[in-house]
Amino acid sequence: MFKILSAAQIAPGIKRFVIEAPRIARKHEAGQFLILRLDEHGERIPLTIESADAELGTISIVVQAVGKTTHQLNALDPGDSIQDVVGPLGKPSEIKNFGTVVIVGGGVGTALAYPTTAALKHAGNRILTILGGRNRDLVILEDEMRALSDVLYVTTDDGSYGQKGLVTDKLRELMAGEEHIAMVLAVGPVPMMKAVADLTRDTSIRTVVSLNPIMIDGTGMCGGCRVLVGGKSQFACVDGPEFEAHEVNFEVLMQRNKMYRDAEKRSLEEYQRVLRENEPSVCLVGGGKS
Amino acid sequence: MSPVKEPSANPLTLKERMKVPRQHMPEQSAGLRIMNFTEVNLGYSEELAKQEALRCLECAKATCVEHCPVGVKVKDFVRLIVEGKFLEAAAKIREDNVLPAITGRVCPQEDHCEGACLLHKKVESLGVGYLERFVADFEQRMNAPMPPNAPATGKKIAIVGSGPAGLSAAGDLVQRGHQVHVFEALHEIGGVLVYGIPEFRLPKQVIRQQIGKMREMGVEFETNVVVGKTVSIDELFGEEGYHAVFIATGAGLPVFLNIPGEHLNGVYSANEFLTRINLMHAYEFPSYDEPMVDLREKHVAVIGGGNTALDAIRSARRLGAEKAYVIYRRSETEMPARIEEVKHAKQEGIEIRVLTNPVDFLDDGRGWLKGARCVQMELGEPDASGRRRPIPIAGSEFEVPLQVAIIATGTSANPLIQSTTPGLKTNKWGYIEASGETQRTSRKGVFAGGDIVTGAATVILAMGAGRRAAQSIHEFLTTGEW
Repeated sequence: MFKILSAAQIAPGIKRFVIEAPRIARKHEAGQFLILRLDEHGERIPLTIESADAELGTISIVVQAVGKTTHQLNALDPGDSIQDVVGPLGKPSEIKNFGTVVIVGGGVGTALAYPTTAALKHAGNRILTILGGRNRDLVILEDEMRALSDVLYVTTDDGSYGQKGLVTDKLRELMAGEEHIAMVLAVGPVPMMKAVADLTRDTSIRTVVSLNPIMIDGTGMCGGCRVLVGGKSQFACVDGPEFEAHEVNFEVLMQRNKMYRDAEKRSLEEYQRVLRENEPSVCLVGGGKS
Repeated sequence: MSPVKEPSANPLTLKERMKVPRQHMPEQSAGLRIMNFTEVNLGYSEELAKQEALRCLECAKATCVEHCPVGVKVKDFVRLIVEGKFLEAAAKIREDNVLPAITGRVCPQEDHCEGACLLHKKVESLGVGYLERFVADFEQRMNAPMPPNAPATGKKIAIVGSGPAGLSAAGDLVQRGHQVHVFEALHEIGGVLVYGIPEFRLPKQVIRQQIGKMREMGVEFETNVVVGKTVSIDELFGEEGYHAVFIATGAGLPVFLNIPGEHLNGVYSANEFLTRINLMHAYEFPSYDEPMVDLREKHVAVIGGGNTALDAIRSARRLGAEKAYVIYRRSETEMPARIEEVKHAKQEGIEIRVLTNPVDFLDDGRGWLKGARCVQMELGEPDASGRRRPIPIAGSEFEVPLQVAIIATGTSANPLIQSTTPGLKTNKWGYIEASGETQRTSRKGVFAGGDIVTGAATVILAMGAGRRAAQSIHEFLTTGEW
């Protein structure tokens, strides 16, 4: 069992957890992820590691409630435990001094970009960061990212914060500017990563994305996370999660991510229905940690 | 035929023994079992077991023992069954095999003990597997205590992987007084036994009981540790203080066919398909959270002819597949699966399409599989494997409508440990180089065995490697010599 030490709401539907996981904390490198399973009946889901403290033996993850498991997870409090946590998985990010690097973080993708940004900054890169979200609430880790960035831009789809528009609008501006961009790292929803890849495709700008496909074991055994990269099957869990964006077939990735959409929807609805039905009895019992 | 030399409890003459027919294994009817995941074989009663045991010719030169990868003393334990000493029979098996309830169910006996049985020359071979299973289940029912371990040696051994190779080595080493710690990457102990082999062939309960016995013997287990990622081999020797490491991580990455359409929704590797069902209980969705494609009324094919292929397609049948095919490029004679599995599959209405090979998976226009274009094959000259090479027949292409295809054509080496362990030599396919006798690798104190050395093989061959490794680790720890 892996104990939750702290749990903080950082945006609507998004929580940051600090979890006791000494083995993972000791080995984590920027860009790696973990897989967790909440309980005996749970599914295994991959989540990105936001940070790790080897001395305290803790790691942190940032979780957006999307499906049943992430909703269940976000209902947990400090003192609760997660049955299984395994990691760190995947290859670490390539860290060296590339020059000027643009970091594009969309939604919770920013949490994954965060440790890599820190490592790239430490390696001497100039960091230009673009954070995007549908609205102001969904722009996360702004202060943390600002501290690592030479310049930080924010875009929101609805214009409620920063520049109104998409992260790619800002990236296009930067590409048109004077400064030579050596690399772009984009982490976020698949359509966003695809849009970034399309934008830089005809330039010499190396572009890297971090993929989060359907996954089970995370060690290469099942092949469920296969993605088409450069026309070849690659396993995101062991060959990735980062890939050269211009090589990734995003259409196949999006299509495969839809494979269980109906089941995922049903699972979440069933969970929420049970929650609603149980609500009054929870109140009657009262007490407890709530 | 060698005459019986030692006094035998068996009242029958050799001639009489050969007249006793092989006792039929009671099983669930095919019509019933395709509706459930409970075990097909129901097991021998005491009477059936005794009757079957009487058939043993008690050869002076027991070829069955020679052909057993772990050297189970078949003749001795069968004789104890004849005498009605079932617990003694179980203890006799345990001298060489720590997982008798498992091997009794999944071992390809026809390739080993039963294939070498002298009875087989005239009549059907002795049902060694059925008898092994009988005594192992009897031992479990009686809750027989495990034999005591040798005095503690103070030596710590890390075993990487809790599949058959790892478990077999762990059992042997703990009995010799060593402290044994098994690391498992997944959340459940058992490796391929839990993620690969379905409930109807090897119930999880049986695995849990066998693991329980190992815990009773003092073996420690730790789940959720991916050695090579969570901890390195060097760290196991360093801060964690182990004196020897046995790498038994199994076969690894599924191989795909590299044909068009393999990324369509509805195309699975057998590993993923079976893991969803066996480890994650996806067939009990939504009570369990892991989903899988609804197979009811679907046309499903598995590509490949081994045990994994049959496990996958028989699972699909139980999940409601209306049509279930095995698509195999050679003929039935070359199919590597156990004979009993092929027989059971056919009884369950699975159609075996031999000399057929898919060349293209077809898109329904929405990213889902709608069929496979296949080509007819014919057998040419034998290839490197000694089996006749399948050759496509020009112009023989045809379509098979399918909504789900499961690829079970093999695996390749998982590089996780090799890539993080300096000085650990691998062969040209990426498998770890280890001596066939001692299982020693190129790194002092590091041993390896099972599929990560040989490529995909069977449970019993992996257990054989585990036993050899245990012997060799014990020698290394006792003498300090490498």
